[in-house]
Amino acid sequence: MLKDITLGQYYPADSAVHRLDPRTKILLTVLFIVAVFMVHTLAGYAIILGFVYLASRLSNVPFKLLMRGVKPLRFIIVLTFLLNLFFSTGETMLISWGFLKISAEGLTQAIHYSLRLVFLVVGTSLLTLTTAPVVLCDGLEVLLSPLKKVHFPAHELAMIMTIALRFIPTLLEETDKIMKAQTARGADFETGNPIQRAKAMVPLLVPLFVSAFRRAGDLAMAMESRCYHGGENRTRLRVLKMTKADFIAILIVLGLIGVIVLEGVLLGGVLL
Amino acid sequence: MPIEIKNLTHTYSAGSAFQATAIRDVSLTINDGEFVAIVGHTGSGKSTLVQHLNGLLKPTSGQILVDGEDLNAEGTNRRAIRQKVGLVFQYPEYQLFEETVARDIAFGPKNQGLNPDEIDARVRRAMEHVHLRYDKYAERSPFDLSGGQMRRVAIAGVLAMAPKVLVLDEPTAGLDPMGRDRILDMVRELHDKEGTTIVMVSHSMDDVARLCDRMVVMAKGSVAAIGTPGEIFRQAEMMQSIGLGVPEARSLCIKLQEQGVDVPDNLYTPEQVYDFILSKWKELNKPC
Repeated sequence: MLKDITLGQYYPADSAVHRLDPRTKILLTVLFIVAVFMVHTLAGYAIILGFVYLASRLSNVPFKLLMRGVKPLRFIIVLTFLLNLFFSTGETMLISWGFLKISAEGLTQAIHYSLRLVFLVVGTSLLTLTTAPVVLCDGLEVLLSPLKKVHFPAHELAMIMTIALRFIPTLLEETDKIMKAQTARGADFETGNPIQRAKAMVPLLVPLFVSAFRRAGDLAMAMESRCYHGGENRTRLRVLKMTKADFIAILIVLGLIGVIVLEGVLLGGVLL
Repeated sequence: MPIEIKNLTHTYSAGSAFQATAIRDVSLTINDGEFVAIVGHTGSGKSTLVQHLNGLLKPTSGQILVDGEDLNAEGTNRRAIRQKVGLVFQYPEYQLFEETVARDIAFGPKNQGLNPDEIDARVRRAMEHVHLRYDKYAERSPFDLSGGQMRRVAIAGVLAMAPKVLVLDEPTAGLDPMGRDRILDMVRELHDKEGTTIVMVSHSMDDVARLCDRMVVMAKGSVAAIGTPGEIFRQAEMMQSIGLGVPEARSLCIKLQEQGVDVPDNLYTPEQVYDFILSKWKELNKPC
């Protein structure tokens, strides 16, 4: 039952995008977001859409799966659209119906904002779909490590995230097991009113917490007995290395920004 | 209350990419008052099999009949059956949760809806069965006990439901020899004195040889052999090829046979081998 939950949304495949350095991918995502915010024309969004489509083909992630990431955010996107549509001020009135006023500028802004949201989600989804969570943590750690100069605990933060990710499947398995054991003793997790159900969780949660603490203690002991003492002078198992592909990928996305800027200048002022 | 398993197959995560068939077409009957051992390699499907015996897992195909009643048919009261078929999981001490030993053991009977006096009587009896003194341990926190004691409390928690069939999944895993003997003695007493049907999953051929009436050998999700320990351990090569081996006593006999000593094939406990060697020795040293 609980075993069927997959962790994160990593889509395992072997592709040029999967193989990129996680740092590159994080950087590319940031650059992509910049590109999205520089778009001021619908043609610009078409370019972005084309880019996303190509990227999904290149990464072997089905385009549909990529777009599914937007689904949980559909209400926010619709709300953004409606708020901008009705509440932004503009001069060219399209519809004026009592207190409802829709201006051309408002419509444009509504379209832009909601498209921006869609592409933000899609862009970051592409990162999490093609990068395993633990690798992502590694990349983040290296990218954040310059901040260590101002005493930002980059290594510790990444370690906490990695350990947390590592133990999610273990805890799920444990939950499944304890649930079965208590069911065998006649516990009932499924029926009853909300208060009864909350009470029924005690025999599940107490052993789960006890074992989580025990595991935490064991892990700390194991790490300490192997002389772990934080991030200083630590070498890594997976040494991140930028390859030619990484530089090409960065160039491509920089190119995308260039095209967006150029397109904005050429069609400047023409908004629709 | 016999348990009949008919053509049981179980596939985990059926239909997904992680699909794995744990047991395939297993048929088996557990008779009243029997002591059945289920042995097999890690991943041979033993644990999956025993979790079907009280309806915790649903078969992908096949049937389980408890006392003639189909466990997974609609309208079957699975909670009632779970009281009759008690299941002790691997490392059961990790399911303890109450503040005191007595209250933890009372969890099962309480779920059965018994009255407080009956619950108290059940708790006392269960603690007696697992050799924990009520006056000494009842009010202690289960989390302060030793590993072996915690395990006995957990087993008492299942015994307190007064099951007719007790299923134990590797009850001695991770215990020291003394803890192991305590648990096994207790299981034997339950079987001999109370007439409880016992199904025990085990890795230890020596424990199995000492205790069970009949053994089920599992390999790769199927039943490789069923029979009395004598019948099974006679086939030493089969047991070796499955990677389970035979009890130490039987190994000794095989080594003696290799040395040319005439040893029968049906000895598998230390006592039997001791008697055999003693009689042989007497025979050789017979005064002429």
